[in-house]
Amino acid sequence: MEKSVVFNNKLLPYLLLVPQLIITFVFFYWPASQAVFQSFKREDAFGLTSEFVGLENYLTLFAQPEYYKSMLTTVIFSSLVAALSLSIALLFATQADKNLKAAGTYKTLMIWPYAVAPAVAGVLWIFMFHPSLGTLARPLRWMNFDWNPLLNGNHAMTLVVMAAVWKQISYNFLFFLAGLQSIPKSVLEAGAIDGAGPMRRFWTIVFPLLSPTTFFLLVVNVVYVFFDTFGIIDAVTGGGPAGATTTMVYKVFADGRLGGDLGGSAAQSVVLMVIVIALTAVQFKYIERKVQY
Amino acid sequence: MVEHRPLNDIIAYAILTLGVFIVAFPVYLAMIASTHDAATVVGGSMPLTPGSQTLENYYRAIFVGGSRTSREPVGHMLMNSFISALGIAIGKIFISILSAYAVVYFRFPFRKTAFWIIFVTLMLPVEVRIYPTYKVVADLKMLDTYAGLIMPLIASATGTLLFRQFFMTVPEELLEASRIDGAGPFRFFWDTLLPLSVTTIAALFVIQFIYGWNQYLWPLLITTQDSMQTIVTGIKKMLYTTDELAEWQLAMATAILAMLPPVAVVVFMQRLFVRGLVETEK
Repeated sequence: MEKSVVFNNKLLPYLLLVPQLIITFVFFYWPASQAVFQSFKREDAFGLTSEFVGLENYLTLFAQPEYYKSMLTTVIFSSLVAALSLSIALLFATQADKNLKAAGTYKTLMIWPYAVAPAVAGVLWIFMFHPSLGTLARPLRWMNFDWNPLLNGNHAMTLVVMAAVWKQISYNFLFFLAGLQSIPKSVLEAGAIDGAGPMRRFWTIVFPLLSPTTFFLLVVNVVYVFFDTFGIIDAVTGGGPAGATTTMVYKVFADGRLGGDLGGSAAQSVVLMVIVIALTAVQFKYIERKVQY
Repeated sequence: MVEHRPLNDIIAYAILTLGVFIVAFPVYLAMIASTHDAATVVGGSMPLTPGSQTLENYYRAIFVGGSRTSREPVGHMLMNSFISALGIAIGKIFISILSAYAVVYFRFPFRKTAFWIIFVTLMLPVEVRIYPTYKVVADLKMLDTYAGLIMPLIASATGTLLFRQFFMTVPEELLEASRIDGAGPFRFFWDTLLPLSVTTIAALFVIQFIYGWNQYLWPLLITTQDSMQTIVTGIKKMLYTTDELAEWQLAMATAILAMLPPVAVVVFMQRLFVRGLVETEK
């Protein structure tokens, strides 16, 4: 795929690269390496002296029960959001894929929440379910259900999951619809001739052929839950109550802001970096395989 | 579809209509709240039909700001959001089209190295390295500036990869022809490559504008003055200053205003948006 005809200038290509390289070094490599260095050091409260402490920050981190709790919260949160938003989006996409007259209109009406900022989505959902003034909290109260996401950890998690799913359906819908539309109609016709009904055709033909899209979306959704949901959590619960919705990314933010435990916060950043790199590696491996499809 | 049953269509329409309803309801409710007075909204029995305070609420939100919180008027926040979203979109397009041009159309030592240096940034979103980046920006005296809001967010490889991919598909004959006509690298870029890239640039612009507009954590950290905050970070501050006494009707008007520009971009530039979304994910 390399070009065989190129320009021969010696200096120009470097000049063209300079703006991006400068920005990348100053705002990416410098801070990322600072995070790694800092995770092996301990600073005093005023940031005046620092000493090398080896793995101490990591050992402290992994001795904290709160850290495991935030890991567990992250896992629960990610699996709920990914499972719900993928299955709901798939349901809608299969319906929109039927040759309906209004399919285009429905598509437009389904995809716009992608453009709503996570923090704004969070504000919309806490408004709907606010224990004292929420329109949808009212029916819950009539049923004598003691709904209070500001005090009850499970309620808070439910609300954050709902807001995150709401925001992600549009993205999954778009990719599922594209995946469904690329399945050749002749395969489905062959299934129908063999006497397979719509449900059977879906599970034995459509769903397996859709698996590359599903797997791609699974990885994207996990990355989304890790990072983009920060705004939702901060707007809806602020990580509370009592840390019930504090994910790993939220904890990096909260610990660094409150305590100034820079070494500990940096160690958390490094752990996150490792997780993200692993996720990205999985994604790339999959993309290479997709080429053969 | 293979067989055509009218009942099937009815079920499909019913499910999709339900879906559209679920998707639209939170926004509808916010819109209704932004048309009522404070007492109606906080009272816990807000009707589901519009009220009569629309103009007053939006006028106060945009030009005056909240009364209890003494925050900035939203008009100013909207301007900050526009400047930083435009800066992020244009900045990213500018640096990445140049570097992609260098990587694809030139041969020079360390070409692969340069590409990998840029490529690695894909792996780590800014959320992961948030405090060290904050410190760098503080050391550079860029807190509370537009440069501080914009520059750390354009340090990413998505644009470079997208342009590289596109340049690879441009036929080689075009370059041969312009070289026969005596065109150098500048003229080839300006007269041939740039006009061909218009759609790609537009698609990337749409995606990056939405990305920039919706930023939350980064602006929250580096803006300490109210006059520099963006609309997305401003809403939450309206709600959590005095909790129960928060002016929800103004916050909801602000939420609607914060949604309008990016949602309008998605709805009216749907083709470009879908293209940008699919291509930046490759």
